[in-house]
Amino acid sequence: MAQAVAPRAPSSLRIVRAVAFAVAVTIAIWLGLRVLRSPDIFSSLGPNLSKLGQALVAIVVGVGGVWALFVAANSLVESLPTGIGTRLRPYVFVLPAAAVVGVYLIYPTAGTVVESFTAVPEGASPLANYEQAFTSEEVLLALRNNLIWLLVAPAAAVVIGLAFAALVDRIKWEALAKSFVFLPLAVSFVGASVIWKFVYAWKPPREEQIGILNAAWVGVGRWLVSLGLIDEVEAVAWLQQIPWNTLALIAIMIWLQVGFAMVVLSAAIKGVPHELTEAARIDGATELQTFFRITIPTIRGSILTVFTTIAIAVLKVFDIIFVTTGGNFDTSVVAVRMYQEMFRFRNFGQATTMAVILLLAVVPIMIVNIRNLRRQGVGT
Amino acid sequence: MTAEAADLRAGSIVRGGWLVKLTVFLIVAMWTLPSLGLLVNSFRSSVDSSETGWWTSLFNPVATEWTLDNYSRVLTSGGLFDALINSLIVTIPSTVIPITLAAFAAYAFAWLKFRGRSLLFGVIVGLLVVPLQLSLVPLLKIYQATELTGSFLGIWLAHTGFGLPLAVFLLYNYISQLPKDIFESAFIDGATPFTAFSRLVLPLSIPALASFAIFQFLWVWNDFLVALVFLGGSSDVAVLTIELASIVGSRGEAFHLLTAAAFVSMAIPLIVFLSLQRFFVRGLLAGSVKG
Repeated sequence: MAQAVAPRAPSSLRIVRAVAFAVAVTIAIWLGLRVLRSPDIFSSLGPNLSKLGQALVAIVVGVGGVWALFVAANSLVESLPTGIGTRLRPYVFVLPAAAVVGVYLIYPTAGTVVESFTAVPEGASPLANYEQAFTSEEVLLALRNNLIWLLVAPAAAVVIGLAFAALVDRIKWEALAKSFVFLPLAVSFVGASVIWKFVYAWKPPREEQIGILNAAWVGVGRWLVSLGLIDEVEAVAWLQQIPWNTLALIAIMIWLQVGFAMVVLSAAIKGVPHELTEAARIDGATELQTFFRITIPTIRGSILTVFTTIAIAVLKVFDIIFVTTGGNFDTSVVAVRMYQEMFRFRNFGQATTMAVILLLAVVPIMIVNIRNLRRQGVGT
Repeated sequence: MTAEAADLRAGSIVRGGWLVKLTVFLIVAMWTLPSLGLLVNSFRSSVDSSETGWWTSLFNPVATEWTLDNYSRVLTSGGLFDALINSLIVTIPSTVIPITLAAFAAYAFAWLKFRGRSLLFGVIVGLLVVPLQLSLVPLLKIYQATELTGSFLGIWLAHTGFGLPLAVFLLYNYISQLPKDIFESAFIDGATPFTAFSRLVLPLSIPALASFAIFQFLWVWNDFLVALVFLGGSSDVAVLTIELASIVGSRGEAFHLLTAAAFVSMAIPLIVFLSLQRFFVRGLLAGSVKG
């Protein structure tokens, strides 16, 4: 390249130029961030345009800023004498990521663990937060609910996803059918909660039911009444009826996760060598036997990945419960409990203790997951 | 040779009978009806959707008064339009910044030699196991002390921090597999590591960059907890998920706008998702470890 051959400017001049550039970039980003903090600057444009102007500045500052910083840092390093520059350069590339991870993950995780032992009343034992947690009825209830979620949601999502993946393989409109089940993956937990709030909607007995579940429930019930099989039927407030409400919430999670299970498992099923299933069929195995004895053992790595992934998502579940019941009617879980300790009770000792409990629950599953992924060589 | 045997020879898949079709149909129905109900309701008047089931309009489409009122109200009456733009302001940099940091770092980890390389890499990727809840309390204290709460910079950096381990992991796996000779010939031609990175590594890594980008975009767009903790409820900066959740909680006059608001919030992720599905599935397989 030309610039490597051309005589280089005196090194002091290059350093000055690089420093000036870095300072300019820093000032520009700082100014941009100032503008973002006081959006009134755009108000002469009218409400909608001013919002769009703010968005434009934000995206230029956020996206352009990070690139400008790297370019500036790199030209600083390249302006230094060759020996030092070469040794410093890798750190210019790595340190921004390391610094962000340090501030956002390492320091706070350590801080959370420490705080769960130190944010205790004076003179109390360091385990006071844990003692309080494991004797509090609310926390025990939350833990029990997390356990129910963990037992039901991953297994149900895997079974439905696997069954669907296997069956849809055999019909003509496979792609279309799959995309319907796949779509909820793009929907937020909050959006899904809204969708299902309408499914579970409840109206007093005299009024017409507007939730599809209660309409079906009452419809079938009335039919059974007319047959004389049951005495009466009443619409159910699905999100308030203990203990069924937890299952109603879990159903939302299953609805969201089956698409993920189906995609991964469908890819795995299609990857099963044809000779294997063919040989089994020629030997006289039925379709079911082939599926359970050949297909499932061959794809068990993928099944484990899906199961553990959903299990981790389930342990950390927050949005669904926060938006639908707010943790009332005995539906709270550890993550919701943590949020309430943080913001409602301002009890950081209990909040950090909840976080540590989550960590202890997640780590073993995560390790299984990562080991299993390595074995399959995903991501390489 | 029987027809069945011929089928097997040809390697074709055995077609399912009516039971298979029925099961598939039932699952598809269960996965479609909830969203369909919301969609139908979003085009009905508030009176209709609070008094009769949405399906009654489907059985009787002519007599139903279909209306775009909910959508026009939602998009013009302040809150939600601002929240839509705020979601873009939050999501785009929160996707680009971690990708940039991770790509530089992954390149250095894979192709440059420096002290502490494997330790640093191990630590960053190891943090995949930590749920983000572990970061909340100490970060909230820092944010309150530095007035980062409620600022876009604050949430960009938070999403960057939470997304980085996965991004470094994915991009390292890809970048470290690039052929060695391209770097050698570039360096012989006098390229610096920086030009090698921007002219070679980035263009060659587009599939990996794209799959992480989609994953992170959807994750940030759909995030609720991080926004709730670090942005707070102030309407200047509230994103769509926050706005939507507050409508759910309000039970007030805004409640009937919920259906349209929900679809507005889903529109962009659905477009991204449908147009870039191919990359997404790849990222999904690898990204299943995000903490």
